[in-house]
Amino acid sequence: MKFTKTLLAMILALALVLSMAAIAEETYKIGFIGPLTGAAALYGNNANDGTKVAVDEINAAGGINGYMIEYNPQDDEHDGEKSVNAYNTLYDWGAQMIVGCVTTTPCIAVGSVAYEDRVFMLTPSASSTDVTADKDNVYQLCFTDPAQGTMSAQYIAQHGLATKVSVIYNNGDAYSTGIYQTFAAEAEAQGLEIVSTSTFTDDTTDFSVQVTDAKNAGAELVFLPIYYTPASMIFQQAAQMEYAPLFFGVDGMDGILGIEGFDTSLAEGVLLLTPFAADATDDLTVNFVANFGALTNGEIPSQFAADGYDCVYALKAAIELAGVTPDMSAEDACDLLIAAMQEIEIEGLTGNMTWADNGEVTKSPKAVRIENGTYVSAD
Amino acid sequence: MVSFLTYLVNGISLGSVYAIIALGYTMVYGIAKMLNFAHGDVIMIGGYMAYCAAMYMKLPVIVCVLFAMVICTLLGILIERFAYKPLRMATSLAVLITAIGMSYLLQNAALLIWGSTPKSFPQLFNFGSMKLFDGEMIIPGTSVLTIAANIVIMLLLTWFTGKTKMGKAMRAVSEDKGAAELMGINVNQTISTTFAIGSALAAVAGILLCSSYPNLMPTTGSMPGIKAFTAAVFGGIGSIPGAMIGGILLGIIEILGKAYVSQELGDAFVFAVLIVVLLVKPTGLLGKKIHEKV
Repeated sequence: MKFTKTLLAMILALALVLSMAAIAEETYKIGFIGPLTGAAALYGNNANDGTKVAVDEINAAGGINGYMIEYNPQDDEHDGEKSVNAYNTLYDWGAQMIVGCVTTTPCIAVGSVAYEDRVFMLTPSASSTDVTADKDNVYQLCFTDPAQGTMSAQYIAQHGLATKVSVIYNNGDAYSTGIYQTFAAEAEAQGLEIVSTSTFTDDTTDFSVQVTDAKNAGAELVFLPIYYTPASMIFQQAAQMEYAPLFFGVDGMDGILGIEGFDTSLAEGVLLLTPFAADATDDLTVNFVANFGALTNGEIPSQFAADGYDCVYALKAAIELAGVTPDMSAEDACDLLIAAMQEIEIEGLTGNMTWADNGEVTKSPKAVRIENGTYVSAD
Repeated sequence: MVSFLTYLVNGISLGSVYAIIALGYTMVYGIAKMLNFAHGDVIMIGGYMAYCAAMYMKLPVIVCVLFAMVICTLLGILIERFAYKPLRMATSLAVLITAIGMSYLLQNAALLIWGSTPKSFPQLFNFGSMKLFDGEMIIPGTSVLTIAANIVIMLLLTWFTGKTKMGKAMRAVSEDKGAAELMGINVNQTISTTFAIGSALAAVAGILLCSSYPNLMPTTGSMPGIKAFTAAVFGGIGSIPGAMIGGILLGIIEILGKAYVSQELGDAFVFAVLIVVLLVKPTGLLGKKIHEKV
């Protein structure tokens, strides 16, 4: 009796393993890593929702080469160590490729592990050059930090926004420092005068010194290559000191309107350089905004959502071109995808994109302005 | 000159927040002879309570402040009753570790309830700012309020400990617990009252802190808590005017250090001050030198 039971249990277990393997063969497995909780959660959730919209669209239209996409998002809390754990979870699950990581520091950590394992990664928004450096398996969908700094300086000079510029950046953060350095170099070339440069670190809550510095230096424009949480404190403290220059941010500023309790009137008039504006009227954007709203109870997608969405379509194009099949291991798929990424050209939400062999994207930037609590195209 | 004065006022405002927090440390230390490391986290709870009252219940400002004070007072009494009172006879190290544990408990409870996503604290106090020197120097309304609140609290506490019966009992307990008990003072009740007052102050400190630096998350109270503890030691732990002076000086040192020496090292100055004070004057600026009787 006992023997029969054991035998039965073994057969059942075997059947379960076999059936799981059978299911696994029939779908493309795409993993996602991003901060779904924590200080950068707005980025991660937006990117995750945008990615989901694209996966649902493709599945509804019959999948890739007739196979459905299986999608598995994992939380990394914007932490390198937790991100590697999330990656290991996805690797064990059998992910063939990964959309992620959303933020730079985790992406650098995961990128090195994925490089050893030969797993292809396409990050929607990790913008440091360190993300792709010496790793042929990591591709970026967003601009690199140096590109953001350079383009911000060009945008400010070409649109005549200011001549006296002040910069406040986080010098404990690779993202912020990277943008600052190229901004400073290009600002000089463009004839902008940087009248004050102040720094802060992750723990800083008192920005009175930095704001006073910019104010006393007579800056007409304050460039903030930083994330939205410190930016929200800078806006509030500047308002308390009745200092109202033009604030200019980059993609890290995206999400500021989503902070719980934040008085959005403080961000009124803020400009940010981003490749996506939700109020654009082309069919692709209108359709995406509608689907995104349906998934998230009417939220307006940020640039991160658009980046996530474009990632899935870029992967789809690369999969089709390379002939990657659902039964391939991540290792086999990796080299095929790398070759295909350099060939494809995507007309996405964030512009017309092509990729170089170092994993960097080429596309043109747009600027958006915050007006009445929403993002509006500035051009 | 104007920018120096601006920095100075910002420093006094930041220091006033430290001072109010430091009062909580110093009172509890003076009377119960323990370091209540959970004090910084009671501040955070105070901030969240005011946030909830203002954002979800849409209560008027004054009610928000009172609500946060009442909740924090109750929380302070509960913490004292369940975590510290059973350890009254234990070694000071055991009490210290319990306090650190309580600090983590509060932080993680907040993480569970409100999540780790930072919230932006609403502008509860919409006073106009003060303008000096033909509008060249602007003092934010919240800074004026913080400094004023600090002075009022200082005066009230001095009056309370000097003139009221409970205040006298507190001083007696801090002087000599055993003798106070022999004189008919209810030591346990006195210690509980101290915790209640300290926690009510923590609520005020939390609201003022978040009004000036509107980033509310479960670790909001940690850094200011540690700095205020430094302020309390700087001024002489156990001394109420000492906490006040220590807090304000620390705020000024932090801001001026950031403005004129190095922006990255702002926090380092604060702790360098602690080290120097401990080396030169181990009892702090106004601390009393107590001869241990053998």
